[in-house]
Amino acid sequence: MAEITSLRDAVAQLVHDGDTVALEGFTHLIPHAAGQEIIRQRRRDLTLVRMTPDIVYDQLIGAGCAKKLIFSWGGNPGVGSLHRFRDAVQNSWPVPLEIEEHSHAGMANRYVAGASGLPFAVLRGYRGTDLPKHTDTIKTITCPFTGEELAAVPAINPDVSIIHAQRADRAGNVQMWGLVGVQKEAVLAAKRSLVTVEEIVDELTPVPGQVILPTWAVTAVAEVPNGAHPSYAAGYSERDNEYYAYWDSIGRERDSFQRWVDEKVFGVEVAQ
Amino acid sequence: MMSVAAARALTGGQRVFVGIGLPSTAANLARRTHAEDLVLIYESGTLGSKPTRLPASIGDGILADTADAVISVPEVFNYWLQPGRIDVGFLGAAQLDKFGNINTTVIGADYADPKVRLPGAGGAPEIAANCHEVYVVVRQSKRSFVEQVDFITSFGHGRGKGEREKLGLPGAGPTLVITDLGVMRPDPETAELVLTQIHEGVTVEQVKDATGWDLKVAPELETTPPPTEAELTALRELKAAK
Repeated sequence: MAEITSLRDAVAQLVHDGDTVALEGFTHLIPHAAGQEIIRQRRRDLTLVRMTPDIVYDQLIGAGCAKKLIFSWGGNPGVGSLHRFRDAVQNSWPVPLEIEEHSHAGMANRYVAGASGLPFAVLRGYRGTDLPKHTDTIKTITCPFTGEELAAVPAINPDVSIIHAQRADRAGNVQMWGLVGVQKEAVLAAKRSLVTVEEIVDELTPVPGQVILPTWAVTAVAEVPNGAHPSYAAGYSERDNEYYAYWDSIGRERDSFQRWVDEKVFGVEVAQ
Repeated sequence: MMSVAAARALTGGQRVFVGIGLPSTAANLARRTHAEDLVLIYESGTLGSKPTRLPASIGDGILADTADAVISVPEVFNYWLQPGRIDVGFLGAAQLDKFGNINTTVIGADYADPKVRLPGAGGAPEIAANCHEVYVVVRQSKRSFVEQVDFITSFGHGRGKGEREKLGLPGAGPTLVITDLGVMRPDPETAELVLTQIHEGVTVEQVKDATGWDLKVAPELETTPPPTEAELTALRELKAAK
């Protein structure tokens, strides 16, 4: 059964130094507040996993929480580069960042294998590209039925996966809808999971296209209104497009980033 | 001009895998002008989106709100892209070479110590492999149009005709490259990109100057017809709509 807890306690209990951590959300429902709490609690040596590392991963990387990134597309969507990510890859600042690079199809299938309890996934991907030369988690396998050569990628099973969703009830059943990305797979692939939600309600009202994660499939639920900002939660908030452009001016330089972390992360108390 | 030329390349009823930026502008413009039954598919998991304004990102809520179906990301790639259900993939590029190979990973020969670290692959390698055709939309310059890309993120035609078949790639690969100066298509014999069309007011010299290899020019070079009043109006409306 999922424990209903605070963001601070959930991160303290579930995320440890050296863990493999996935914060998922595909443009929609990105768990920004949880990422910032990881920075606040000064976690180190994390292997961060995510298909589309964007602003919150730029923050985690710039704050020195990560030693490795497993990903398929790292950018500030619609704006440009992630400067903290680039600085870490190109200049090892603030610490060196190892990367393990895939395509979206490869990452999605790695989560599916993880959620399915299988050691690997197959896909007709990567052929002709230079990715397999640099990523040793891309191998080929021969289909035992047709003889076709396919790509094999290992399952991702994070120590902890964190997602944001719209609602949970008091028993910890989680309801989400809209663009659901790869969040369900990330939770089911993980050893432990935290879902931050816009609100905790007495009863979940059905919504078209909803996904339910039952309480027994989730470790902890924390109520964090607007916890996806500047991303959004359909039915609750709009994407703050200006913030994505604003981030470019913060993330571009080490000094402005450092000031931002001190003020907006370390300078903020979250509810216990 | 680039978005108008790209929109014109799309015809009614096609299923198009759309990326954000120019591809999205072009696909939405086509749907507003000559191809209203175009099916727009975004990798965030929306099939048949009909946005009333330009989406700000591939995950803009308007894409989900106006879609025929909203699906998970594994489903997009495994059920819809991989089996070849999508006609046209629209890709951008940081670097593009004379055989239509695309680099969005690193600039510089050393992957571990790159000159510039770019966003990476995203959905592009499998879009380039599995869509029936790929249209590349990119601004043209000597820096971006190179003899050979530093890193093959998405396979075009390798080093020439027949390489896709050898690799067993199901789609035809890049069949059209649309830039701010003109249009290129692969030579049917060699698969090398050849300038087949220039936009109004652009000279062949200008295009050659913005290309990092000795660009071949088709004997019957066409000129892109200027944007029509209807296209310009639709484009303005799209850009103004909030």
